[in-house]
Amino acid sequence: MASNSSGDSSSRHQTARHRLSVIAGHLQRPADSNAAVLAVECKAQGTTPNIRTGVRSEGRTVPRRRQEIMKWNGWGYSDSRFLFNKKGQAEFTGKRYRLSGMIIPGLKDWLESTFGASLQHKAPATPILNSSAVQPPTVNEAFVEELRSTGVPFSHEAEDRVFRSHGHCLHEIFALREGKIGRIPDMVVWPNCHNDVVKIVELACKHNVCLIPYGGGTSVSSALECPPEETRSIVSLDTSQMNRILWIDEKNLTARVESGIVGQDLERLLNESGYCTGHEPDSMEFSSLGGWVATRASGMKKNIYGNIEDLVVHIKTVTPRGVIEKSCQGPRMSTGPDIHHFIMGSEGTLGVVTEVTIKIRPMPEYQKYGSVVFPNFEQGVACLREVAKQRCAPASIRLMDNEQFKFGHALKPQVSSIFTSFLDGLKKFYITKFKGFDPNHLCVATLLFEGDREKVLQHEKQVYDIAAKFGGLAAGEDNGQRGYIMTFVIAYLRDLGMDYYVIGESFETSVPWDRVLDICRNVKARIVRECKDKGVQFPPLSTCRVTQTYDAGACVYFYFAFNYRGLSDPVHVYEQVEHAAREEVLANGGSLSHHHGVGKLRKEWMRETVSTVGMGMLQSVKDYVDPNNIFGNRNLL
Amino acid sequence: MANTYRGLGKIGLQDEEEFVDILEDKRHCSDLSFAFRTFSPPPHKGAAPCSAAELNKAVLESQYLRYVIEEVAVETGSSVEEVRGEVRRTLGEMSQNLQLRFIRLMAFTFRKVFKRLFSAIYVNVEGLNALQQAAQEGPVILMPNHRSYVDFLVVSYIMFSYDIPLPVIAAGIPLAGMKMVGEILRGSGAFFIRRAIGSDKLYWAVLSEYVRTIVRKGFAPLEFFVEGLRSRTLKSLPPKLGMMHMILEPFFKGEVFDVTLLPISISYDRVLEESLLAHELLGVPKPRESTTGLLKASKVLQENYGCMHVNFGRPLSVRRLCEGKINRCQYNHMPRDLPQKPNAEAQACGSWLAHLMVRVQEEDSLTSPWSLMACVLLQVPTAALTEEGLLFHQLTEQTLWLRKLALDFGAHLSWPEKASDPDVMSSAVALHRSVVYRKAGRVYLLLADEPERKHPLSPEEDTMRTAAAVLMLASYRNQSLHVFVRPALLALAMSVTKSTQRDELLTCFCFLQDVFGNEFIFIPGRSSEDFEEACSLLKKCKALHVSQREVTVSDAGPEVLPFLQELLRPFVDSYQLMFRFLCEESDCVFTEKEFLPAVRAFATKLVVSGELPTYEALSSDVQKNVLSALLRLGAVTKTKTSENNQYKVNKTAVRRTGDMLAGRIPPQITQAAPDARL
Repeated sequence: MASNSSGDSSSRHQTARHRLSVIAGHLQRPADSNAAVLAVECKAQGTTPNIRTGVRSEGRTVPRRRQEIMKWNGWGYSDSRFLFNKKGQAEFTGKRYRLSGMIIPGLKDWLESTFGASLQHKAPATPILNSSAVQPPTVNEAFVEELRSTGVPFSHEAEDRVFRSHGHCLHEIFALREGKIGRIPDMVVWPNCHNDVVKIVELACKHNVCLIPYGGGTSVSSALECPPEETRSIVSLDTSQMNRILWIDEKNLTARVESGIVGQDLERLLNESGYCTGHEPDSMEFSSLGGWVATRASGMKKNIYGNIEDLVVHIKTVTPRGVIEKSCQGPRMSTGPDIHHFIMGSEGTLGVVTEVTIKIRPMPEYQKYGSVVFPNFEQGVACLREVAKQRCAPASIRLMDNEQFKFGHALKPQVSSIFTSFLDGLKKFYITKFKGFDPNHLCVATLLFEGDREKVLQHEKQVYDIAAKFGGLAAGEDNGQRGYIMTFVIAYLRDLGMDYYVIGESFETSVPWDRVLDICRNVKARIVRECKDKGVQFPPLSTCRVTQTYDAGACVYFYFAFNYRGLSDPVHVYEQVEHAAREEVLANGGSLSHHHGVGKLRKEWMRETVSTVGMGMLQSVKDYVDPNNIFGNRNLL
Repeated sequence: MANTYRGLGKIGLQDEEEFVDILEDKRHCSDLSFAFRTFSPPPHKGAAPCSAAELNKAVLESQYLRYVIEEVAVETGSSVEEVRGEVRRTLGEMSQNLQLRFIRLMAFTFRKVFKRLFSAIYVNVEGLNALQQAAQEGPVILMPNHRSYVDFLVVSYIMFSYDIPLPVIAAGIPLAGMKMVGEILRGSGAFFIRRAIGSDKLYWAVLSEYVRTIVRKGFAPLEFFVEGLRSRTLKSLPPKLGMMHMILEPFFKGEVFDVTLLPISISYDRVLEESLLAHELLGVPKPRESTTGLLKASKVLQENYGCMHVNFGRPLSVRRLCEGKINRCQYNHMPRDLPQKPNAEAQACGSWLAHLMVRVQEEDSLTSPWSLMACVLLQVPTAALTEEGLLFHQLTEQTLWLRKLALDFGAHLSWPEKASDPDVMSSAVALHRSVVYRKAGRVYLLLADEPERKHPLSPEEDTMRTAAAVLMLASYRNQSLHVFVRPALLALAMSVTKSTQRDELLTCFCFLQDVFGNEFIFIPGRSSEDFEEACSLLKKCKALHVSQREVTVSDAGPEVLPFLQELLRPFVDSYQLMFRFLCEESDCVFTEKEFLPAVRAFATKLVVSGELPTYEALSSDVQKNVLSALLRLGAVTKTKTSENNQYKVNKTAVRRTGDMLAGRIPPQITQAAPDARL
């Protein structure tokens, strides 16, 4: 912190802020032991109208009425989207991202040549939610009555309910775009603190109401889908208003945070104090701490900071049986199977995570992006393997295959100066002509280094030296940085594709090193073959990247998309192909999921994944903790 | 399942597919300019080229061989370096060295030779196009049947002519020993495999890693003969499974996305080695492969051998064929390089595929008019055929009747379209003047000229002379047996059981398949489908009525059924003779070396005395098959003592099998039920 190069005054300012938040934590702690006092406190906060964003002093992102700033039938902020302007050029709207307001000249050609899509053939989405398409809520009057008396805010409004009825699986978004609404929650509640959750869960148990916890809503495993067979009243428990950092412990470098905070708020608030968690999943703008815990999330920079299971020190969870938490915050314990691991990955089937103590780190002094071009994917994977072997992986290292490299290229914004475009041309010439790389085989690794300056530079050299051994050429910081910026806008791109008959999704797996090349080749080929077999008229996009390295393997991410013109039931075809692709992943030694989770989408493979006994163990935990299936989202088991 | 391959087998030859004579369009250009044609196969989508040295290096340095070398070093007490040296030597002996200049040399020579030997070499262009496509996508395995030495490079020759990547070819080690020729073959892509590898663990490991590496790298198609060796009888042989597993493993373990199997059916009007093969079957040892031998054989090159058909079947995806048959997750728990035996599931799958390939080869092969004529001729008692002959017009008539039956059974005929039927048959007789001759409107079996002798032939010598002629004729009959075998077995079952009950017939049918399992190739576990097929074919030609419970003779039955039964007679007679020999004449324990001459002597005696109507019992092939069948049925057991296999006969069981075959007692299926997944 002191090592931060910022001026004296700002450092003092920061210290002051810490103290404040620490004090705030202290102030709240005694309240913990006194439910009544806390309840009042919660209520006071809850009644403060904080609906407009940016007004609230803490600057929290997510309002109760999410639809005010976010799309109800697509990804992200309402003001940010790709579109083709009047000149037929692709453009990204809004002001939030670095790409915002820019023209992307290559996107149209890429979309047309990759998918056979055409700007003439549009498949527009239903613009506004037709409330009459929404089933009236099944209200459990007794529950509502008692809930009202606690003062926890709730809503029966169609828009609120629809918003919380889905994640971002293709079939979910596709249905919304068509205006089709299935079983959705009957009401939404917004607890403000741990004790609110305790009360809600108690009431739910008492009145036999089904609870589905909702964090950021970025699930891609059908985890938020309401089971259609559920006859009880379904209540969506939205944690978004539980978004405070309760305290920061600078001596142990931990912070106690409420589970509803979304990634970008958590990082921003910690940054203000000179800290970070370093946990940056691609969804971090919208996904929540509780969601990370419930799905065993993984962040881009896990090589330095670790995955969620490495970051978490303490978890507090409200279950129908009561609250589960450990007695202390020791960094490691030998006290039987770790009860945190019952919660991590439980996907909302056991209870609601309310508070988490998470490790924090001083913000890195220096960050540097980088990129390396390899003549082919094989060489690239060999390099990543070597980097993992030497345990010198940078904060992030990702290897894109050739198709993704081309895709990334298509997303290059218009360059402003002739000089830059000249440079680009020169670079291309050097790589393809001078170095003899085949543009249809070469692939790119993007890198992110973090730490103090000297070490970063040293580290960088080490990695580039290894890359050189595998024929890799350093390709500049820009390419690297752009790769990471793309991470956040790529989800918006799917909405654009869907406007033009292109549907697609990503999925991931983890796999031992010796299988990486095989799984990439086979899964991609399987997708192509399945699409052909299922009557898809155009060749699909089937591409992958290696996004994480571990000692014993890697995480591989696949993207797949196709033009569905000419298909009567595109979503069904899509699901069949995705199913086949998952079978292929499993047949090639890949895991069912690295970090997306199981949800309901991948449930059918759970038994073979964890064995029948394993299923029994999980089931018995569920049976004990939640005998009446109050947390009835039916994920996982 | 039943339909998995029915659709597949028929593909090679969908209704009259177009065949092109590759000698025809090339006759206009000189041999030399053909040999120096620009060879430019379309590039492979994924695989990089791989030189012979790179291939050997990859094999030698493989993790798998590292494991095995260490294991062997520990087992034998030698150093790792020594074992590595051994591996290197083995690789040197084995490895191919495919180079275009050798192919050009080969193409030049072959063209010269082919033009002299054959009137035409017909190739189905559609099949070639499909192959060319497949060769760009991933590893392709070319699987020709093996009837002649000519098979060996003819595929490469065709690939060269059509700009398809040249294959590397699995060959028997004796070929490598030929001076010059061995090296030329290596240069043409041959790699050499020792015979009788047996339990040589290290050799087995080197070979399998070599083959797997070829498949994984996919830089060239791999050609191998699934039957393992040339068929001496021109019938299909039971497939060899070792090579098949090596090819499938990279797919099972996910090292390649798919493997494409491409069955190739090569059919000859007349086989170069015809008389050699017949004599080999009678116990005259095969001449060793040598360059001088090859040169001496050049007199064979003076004759005309008619046409040759090379039919490229449709590419078959292993991935699709194995769907639901193999759980690829089984390899998730161990390093894939670790030496481990394929489990039962993988073995069953490999065996099934190998048998399937043989079946597709059979279905795709072309049946010549001569082969049908041989079927007809062999129904005439041998003595009558040598002395009185068969009226030519009678032969014509019966052959035409058989042609119709064959077409009903779905055979593909290479029947010349332009010529009249008698002309077709006349020229077939003329082409096969080494087997039959025509005199005064009659066709006779030709007995080989014997050198002048002091004393007249003994009856035994005479028998051998006749047997050689009969076996030659029989081998041409064998070319078309696969067309008739299923209906024929049903016809036989009807005569054995004297029943019309479907289930009884099925039981007997299965029993017969079991007994003749080495004689004719059936896909394991498909007996009831085969039975259904037999029923429907016989129904189609109006020989049978088939109902839910019963199978009864219909209009054409009295003509068709006896013919089919007669077709299998030589086999039934030979088997019965062997059973009798084992029960009455032989000791309970014997070696193979003792068995073959003894049974031949016994058979000769019975032929001379007129008790045994067929000469085919003299064929060592049948004799060995009987032994294998009895082994399979558990009536004979094999023990290994030093060099020789020793057999122990359970005479009661043999007698029982004989009784069942004769219909004296109802048959029982002795084998365990086949794997349900197949």
